[in-house]
Amino acid sequence: MTVYILRRLLLLIPVLLGVAIIIFSMVRMLPGDPAVALAGVHATPEYVEHVRSEMRLDEPLPVQFAVFMRDLARGDLGRSTRTRQPVMNEIWPRFINTLQLTAFALVIAGIFGIGAGIISATKPYSIYDQTSMIFSLFGVSAPVFWLGLILMLIFSVRLGWLPSSGMGTPYHFILPGITLAAQSTALIARITRSSMLEVMGREYITTARAKGLTEKVVYLKHALRNALIPVVTILGLRFGILLGGAGLTETVFSWPGVGRLMVDSILARDYPVVQGSVLMLALLLVIINLVVDLIYALLDPQIQYD
Amino acid sequence: MNKVKNLIKSDAAKRLRRNHLAVFGLILIIILFIVAVFAPFIAPRDPYDSNFFRTLEGPSWEHPLGTDELGRDMLSRIIYGTRISMTIGFISVAIGILIGVPVGAISGYYGGKIDLIVQRFVDIMMAFPGMLLAIVIVSVMGVGLVNAMIAVGIVSVPTYIRLVRGSVLSIKNEEHVEAARAVGWGDFIIITKHIIPHCMAPLIVQSSLLVATAILWAAGLGFLGLGAQAPTPEWGAILSQGRGYIRTAHHVTTFPGLAIMITVLGFNLVGDGLRDALDPRMING
Repeated sequence: MTVYILRRLLLLIPVLLGVAIIIFSMVRMLPGDPAVALAGVHATPEYVEHVRSEMRLDEPLPVQFAVFMRDLARGDLGRSTRTRQPVMNEIWPRFINTLQLTAFALVIAGIFGIGAGIISATKPYSIYDQTSMIFSLFGVSAPVFWLGLILMLIFSVRLGWLPSSGMGTPYHFILPGITLAAQSTALIARITRSSMLEVMGREYITTARAKGLTEKVVYLKHALRNALIPVVTILGLRFGILLGGAGLTETVFSWPGVGRLMVDSILARDYPVVQGSVLMLALLLVIINLVVDLIYALLDPQIQYD
Repeated sequence: MNKVKNLIKSDAAKRLRRNHLAVFGLILIIILFIVAVFAPFIAPRDPYDSNFFRTLEGPSWEHPLGTDELGRDMLSRIIYGTRISMTIGFISVAIGILIGVPVGAISGYYGGKIDLIVQRFVDIMMAFPGMLLAIVIVSVMGVGLVNAMIAVGIVSVPTYIRLVRGSVLSIKNEEHVEAARAVGWGDFIIITKHIIPHCMAPLIVQSSLLVATAILWAAGLGFLGLGAQAPTPEWGAILSQGRGYIRTAHHVTTFPGLAIMITVLGFNLVGDGLRDALDPRMING
């Protein structure tokens, strides 16, 4: 196991390096002068020159990359071209907001997705099963932002039950949370269902039944544990996908998160902030993938560590 | 050989026809395709024609889906939007196939260093969720409909690389490939004539599902303001314009959203159905 963890950590190096290279080349691939891109279109010529000499933008690419990596190691991502604040100060609070929303959505998706999947699997092809599978089909096909707008229309504009935008109270989490979670809930329900059905056909379930155990014990103790192994992996992967799609939900509900910040920064050509947002999201994703792999290895004794 | 192929094909076709949801999806796609091709003949009005005396009107006989904030006919805009979204779906998937299939085949067939480099590249791209990667690509290439389409296409490349590489690895040592090699065929012929045809089934399934995803992502980019720009009648962009009027005229957001959902649903149903029909052993996710 230790060897597996070490190997897995070693495998992170090329991925992290790749992420760094992508972020480094983003600005250099833009048409025009990268110094202007990093200083901002409205920056004074002095500031542009300051950025150019600080980032060594007139020197060869390897030197630029070394400078970039050194700054990265210090957590220095430059300054926003709009606010002139250090990028990290801009991003960090927004990043936490996104993380809160995503975590909440993941909990919703986990509870409702697994719950619906189990109920479907206990009575396959029943009316409940059919309805929940049709709902999940629509859940996978409906655009997130549209679903958010419809929920907002019903629950805050028409009924006035929930706030429509911003954050502050726990109530503010409900609509964006459900919106962000919808697609994942649908997918997790489908996977839980098929995984449960597959496990229920195995011999050890028949054995458990033959021993005279009640259906409840068979389902919860014998089937569920094994059926949930693929579901855990999917939950982890969904966390990443939720983060990637958070910008849409944040836009609908004016949630002050990093996804929306990134989009606004792209539209305002604030490239240091774009770079910083991508970096933070990518780092988090890499960590999540690692944790998912480790949990998977712990849960499934059949996995080979080498 | 051909007889066997036809048999498999007809069996798959039979299984597909028995799957009512897939047939329903196929009908949806055909209708949408017709709407897209004949948009100028079907649409009752010019999608760009504004009328400032009749803005944000609800559905009526004259405007079955109402009018938007500039008094344009929503039905006509949504009909033209079908054209844009179907084009986005097919072009992005075509980009994914044109890059992903040859790279995946070469990577799997030759192995070694090329394979290693390609796989690290795929790992890095796959570490990002698709939507985020598409946003990053748009941020470099610039905002707009064509760039959004290219970005979504590039995002689907690693999926194709992985899929084709996997198939190639599983059949490159099979007898018919060895035989072709023994006869002295070149690598190009072996890959195109003997290996790629065997990847067709998973490729078709994946492509149908990816068209759905591409349409969804491109609409998302349009909604964020990174894809199609006003006044283009792209569904995501229409939604993004209309959401400011959700309190007074929600039809401007409701209908384009429904259009996206129906289209995506159609491709998802066909994709799922094809997967079950072409390979009955595959576990239904």
